[in-house]
Amino acid sequence: MEALKQRAIELLEKGEVKAVLGYAKGTGQARRAFFARQPGQVDKLVLDEACTQNLAAYATKHEVKKLGRVAIVAPPATQRALIQLMAERQLRDGDLAILAVDEGAIKELGSAAALEEHLALKAQGLDAKDKTLLAKLDAMSREDRWAYWQNEFSRCMKCYACRNSCPMCYCEHCTMDCNRPQWVPVASHSIGNLEYHMVRTMHLAGRCVECGDCGRACPVGIPVHLLTISAEETVHELFGQRAGAKAKLDYALSTFKTDDKESFIR
Amino acid sequence: MANTYQLSRESLTSLFGALRKDGRRILAPVESDGRIGLGEVEAPAQVAGDYLQTIMSAKEVAFPKVERLLSYTITPGQVDLKDAEPKAAPTVLFGVRPCEAKAFGALDAVFNWDYRDKFFNARLEKLAVIGLSCTKADEACFCTSVGGGPADTAGSDILLTPVADGYLAEVLTEKGTAILNLASDLFKPGNGVDKVAVAAKVEAAFDQPALTAKLPGMFDSEVWVDQSLRCIGCGACAFVCPTCVCFDIQEEADPKQGERLRCWDSCGFHMFTLHASGHNPREVQSARWRQRIYHKFSYYPQRYDQLGCVGCGKCTRACPVDMNLKEHLTEAAGVTA
Amino acid sequence: MAEPFEPKITAFVCNWCTYAGADLTGTSRIKYQSNVRVLRVPCTGRIDYMMVLKALHKGADGIIVSGCHPNDCHYTSGNYHARRRWMVFKKMMEVMGVDMRRITFSWVSAAEGARWAQLVNEVTDQVRALGPYSEFRQIVGAGIE
Repeated sequence: MEALKQRAIELLEKGEVKAVLGYAKGTGQARRAFFARQPGQVDKLVLDEACTQNLAAYATKHEVKKLGRVAIVAPPATQRALIQLMAERQLRDGDLAILAVDEGAIKELGSAAALEEHLALKAQGLDAKDKTLLAKLDAMSREDRWAYWQNEFSRCMKCYACRNSCPMCYCEHCTMDCNRPQWVPVASHSIGNLEYHMVRTMHLAGRCVECGDCGRACPVGIPVHLLTISAEETVHELFGQRAGAKAKLDYALSTFKTDDKESFIR
Repeated sequence: MANTYQLSRESLTSLFGALRKDGRRILAPVESDGRIGLGEVEAPAQVAGDYLQTIMSAKEVAFPKVERLLSYTITPGQVDLKDAEPKAAPTVLFGVRPCEAKAFGALDAVFNWDYRDKFFNARLEKLAVIGLSCTKADEACFCTSVGGGPADTAGSDILLTPVADGYLAEVLTEKGTAILNLASDLFKPGNGVDKVAVAAKVEAAFDQPALTAKLPGMFDSEVWVDQSLRCIGCGACAFVCPTCVCFDIQEEADPKQGERLRCWDSCGFHMFTLHASGHNPREVQSARWRQRIYHKFSYYPQRYDQLGCVGCGKCTRACPVDMNLKEHLTEAAGVTA
Repeated sequence: MAEPFEPKITAFVCNWCTYAGADLTGTSRIKYQSNVRVLRVPCTGRIDYMMVLKALHKGADGIIVSGCHPNDCHYTSGNYHARRRWMVFKKMMEVMGVDMRRITFSWVSAAEGARWAQLVNEVTDQVRALGPYSEFRQIVGAGIE
């Protein structure tokens, strides 16, 4: 933590960055995103287990880009999101100073190559609770799975906290906001909710870095992250590709192999 | 006109029975998977035991997230238009907090401003509120900073305050008296317990009249930009808010039939003010965040002579990025204009 | 007596192979069940999964998605791209609990008139046996006060 603060102060003092984006104390035990813009504000930065938000979601925001070059405190899931943003050409190599944190250790990664190398050393594992839930879903009959999601989605009100918290949902014009033609109903009724979550899942297949932020963001506790995680796992299983590993990528769903398996085709 | 009575814990069962016998459904906070939400109950035992607040507000009872306004069918040369009739069942809201009970006043102000909304009114007319005073509060709560309080009676037809062996029951309105008359033997004479002593202590955090007075002069303050830098522009705050009243009208139609729906909307969305030309008068999130605060603390008082916020703190609890309204208002109140 | 259930089948087919194949079925005077509504698109690569969802939304009991065999795509690789998307789409639908016996993916070339008739007959029989997709129908219009 001290090393992080020291480096943050240096970066700000030398003018290498205009802000250090990290975590600060929030309401109660919560932690929140915090932009330290002067060396004097660095003291507010904290780093502990409660710091879960994926700050990469801010990296593509106009308001944040306008600040100038930013240093970003990046736990593993944020690191994966940042490299995926580079692969999708939303960030350029060197746009950000990446302060990678792994179990308390800080490492500054200046380039995409360094980040790639750093990530390659780590195994990506799912949260134990999510694994259990995914296994539970998998074991359900199809009818039960349908009923499960219908019940969960009945609480959805399309506040789009899941979409907006996602680092990979950076589109200027989300398909949910398009009405010519209007593919998905705006209304948060049963079919509107189902179609929204289907589209969100499909759009994140092969791009989800499995940070789980969408699920955490949901005010009514719908485990929407299970959907994108399972889509991500599908892409990994079928095409051997992982999101958040390489800074240059032929996206699995933008390419093909002539011998892709097609046992499902009649 | 408050008439104060004593209501024993056990007598609630009979009260619920009497309400149901009268043909009313009872909605109360219930627990499901660790979440507290409004649900239909038959007996007091089904009501959540130790809750601070529901995640969602009670506004859905009068202003649901999606409601049909009209529908139509089209045949060659003819359009058959059918007005929707609100499904307004006689309902008792049991155990909502005083802040939320009060919030119906803010909704009422808009839905009966220049136009009497038949859907809202039909539901509100059939709604009776049995509020329940708070005996605890959390860091998001700030009712006392916005003219409310943990045992405030505004908006409740009956307000219950938990005391040692039951409840102190204040019967406040005609609707409240009607409920009393359904089971008058349960309501025993009051014994003068001081409800303030048992209610939660919520310290006032900021001087709201002073904030309201200075808001017009701080439209261009950097404070809105600083605060909103971490806002991700979702609609969680508005949708859980008991006073947020903005809606969108959606037409779901095909060439043969269609219907017009009213859906919740949020000023936090970038689409909210986007013009067809592509121009957006609130182009950045800071302008949208400012709008949220100004609407509740400046425009509402100007227009309706009341605040558009009851200090329930639901927005703060629901926010994925911890935008704490109390904290940010306190900060804004401290800015020297 | 109630009318026996006749399923509505929506078929999304590419212009160059399956549509031509279905045309051949007709010119060859091969009879097949009339439950299918054919929607022609330029290429399977154009068949957005949203089209399938909308068909279900608007009342289809079964869906056929069909185009050129691998290596035969008029645009060289549209069907290969589509195939990958369908794999992911299929899995997503299974996770959501959608009944995938109602959605059939196939390749039918312009020369396979008989195969088209057979495909439609098979799918129609299967969906007829499954009955109306009431599970999906029930949620359309639900959740509105």
